[in-house]
Amino acid sequence: MSRKPRLLTHVLLLLAALAYLAPLLWMIDTSLKHEVQAVQVPPVLIPHPVRWQNYVHVLRDPQFDFSLFARNTLIIATLSSLGAMLSSSLVAYSLAKIRWRGRGLVFGIVLASMMIPFPVFMVPLYRIFRELGWIGTNLPLWVPAFFGIPFFIFLLRQFYLTIPRELSEAAVMDGCSHFGIWWRIMIPLTRPALLVVGLFSFMSAWNNFLGPLVYLTHQSSFTLSVALQVYQSRSGGTSYNLLMAASVLIVAPVLILFFLAQRTFIRGIATTGLK
Amino acid sequence: MNDRITLREQLAGMAFAAPYLIGVAAFLVFPLAMSLYYSFCNYSMLQPPIWIGWTNYRHLLTDHAFHTALWNTIFYAAISVPFTLALSLMLALLLNQPTRGQGIYRTIVFLPSLVPLVASALIWQWLFNADKGLINSALRPVLHILGKAVLAPLAAALGAGHATMESLRHLSPPVWLGDPHWAMAAIIFISFWGVGQTVVIFLAGLQDVPQELHEAAEMDGAGAIHRFFNITLPMLSPVIFFNLIMGIIGSWQIFDVPYVMTGGGPGRSTLFYSMYIFEAAFNQLRMGPACAMAWIQLLIILFLTVLAFASARKWVYYA
Repeated sequence: MSRKPRLLTHVLLLLAALAYLAPLLWMIDTSLKHEVQAVQVPPVLIPHPVRWQNYVHVLRDPQFDFSLFARNTLIIATLSSLGAMLSSSLVAYSLAKIRWRGRGLVFGIVLASMMIPFPVFMVPLYRIFRELGWIGTNLPLWVPAFFGIPFFIFLLRQFYLTIPRELSEAAVMDGCSHFGIWWRIMIPLTRPALLVVGLFSFMSAWNNFLGPLVYLTHQSSFTLSVALQVYQSRSGGTSYNLLMAASVLIVAPVLILFFLAQRTFIRGIATTGLK
Repeated sequence: MNDRITLREQLAGMAFAAPYLIGVAAFLVFPLAMSLYYSFCNYSMLQPPIWIGWTNYRHLLTDHAFHTALWNTIFYAAISVPFTLALSLMLALLLNQPTRGQGIYRTIVFLPSLVPLVASALIWQWLFNADKGLINSALRPVLHILGKAVLAPLAAALGAGHATMESLRHLSPPVWLGDPHWAMAAIIFISFWGVGQTVVIFLAGLQDVPQELHEAAEMDGAGAIHRFFNITLPMLSPVIFFNLIMGIIGSWQIFDVPYVMTGGGPGRSTLFYSMYIFEAAFNQLRMGPACAMAWIQLLIILFLTVLAFASARKWVYYA
């Protein structure tokens, strides 16, 4: 490449990086300012003095029990990712490695159901969960994960198809049951893919807003997303420095998780786009 | 291996798929049927549903709020989907260039797509704040200089009136979330911030474009732009198609950001389809119309997806 386009590439990359990073930096920046300094015009770029107290203030707020909301969210996210991993891998194994009548139809349903918007289910599921006495509990938010998530079934099926047939056939010859093949061959060989499913479902449960908004009725069972919205809209309004501090507390775990599992993440997303 | 399916295999297959088979019945088919039934009923969740035929659908024909929500969503999807696709493709091409710090750039572009949408909404609400937000703080001096030093003299040279000159001298940035048009623009703008996952999928697609094709074309004297349109774009078309479908499905369900950031306002300028369904169902307890709207939404998404698949034959190239 000649010199000119390379310079242009660098400039464009720097601009893009700035545009994509600035909102996150401004969130952190505001979260460390004093209430008055946060709304100063023209804006002060470097917080002075740095107010770590904002975080203490958010964490100790009697009306915003952060640790409780974090615990609620963690429980839902953990259970749904466990459920999604277990059920989706079983179903994906059935669709990829067992020959049975009807599996083509089931795979078709898996693909088609990804298209159905959540609002279609919102009302009837509310009714079903109400009859079961689940409204106000966290059950509606993680139990369905144990019944297979279409997107993850599809993802794992694609992975399982790449495992050579001979491997499972040899195992059958040796008298291994399907359960044995799934547990001893498939799970160990596709551990990265399973990790992708676990991570994705954990994060989507962590970020989910509409589900908790519909099914959780008491503040004591709120997740972080819903709690943050309540925190923002509560009477009198919350000042932006505290609101940004609360946002940092919700964004940080996701970003930390990403940095710990960066390669798994990128590989996982990259595979979803393949035919 | 013979082609007959043994009973043992059939049972094993069904047993492994059992969680999903039960799930399909309990969380897919049954709720779908129920919501279709409710869409023809007067139902408040407090009393049993009463069949009223097409009334809910007929009322939607004259429901102005519904028309607004439908139109807002069409507008949002029509702008956001193509522009996010083009932007993600450009970013992917840029991030595919071998440069120093490539990994860091990729991470930075990807990060915002991980941010919980409620937090995104709050961050941008703050950035778009009309008086004290960072965006207007940056725009104000730029517009001031632009108006005073460039536009006003230009208008004067063209013989503009006094009023025009005065307004050009005092250009001020939009009030964003306080203005119906700019609030919509802001929400579209935020969708550009969360394109990270689409970019990563494009990047993966770019790795599959055979290098030999580029080299051969370069040998034949094809320029970069020519190679992009004749090699990269066709080879990437299945990935573009995938991202297009995902974009359509996602954009029609937009909820979190406008719900938290504007609550649908000002007026109903950012009231979106899913928000209106939520409002009808859980604020007004009008489950019938909510289900009718949800079914129309499903049919619209289905129609657009089928349309995309039909058009795919013309432009998607499978190697």
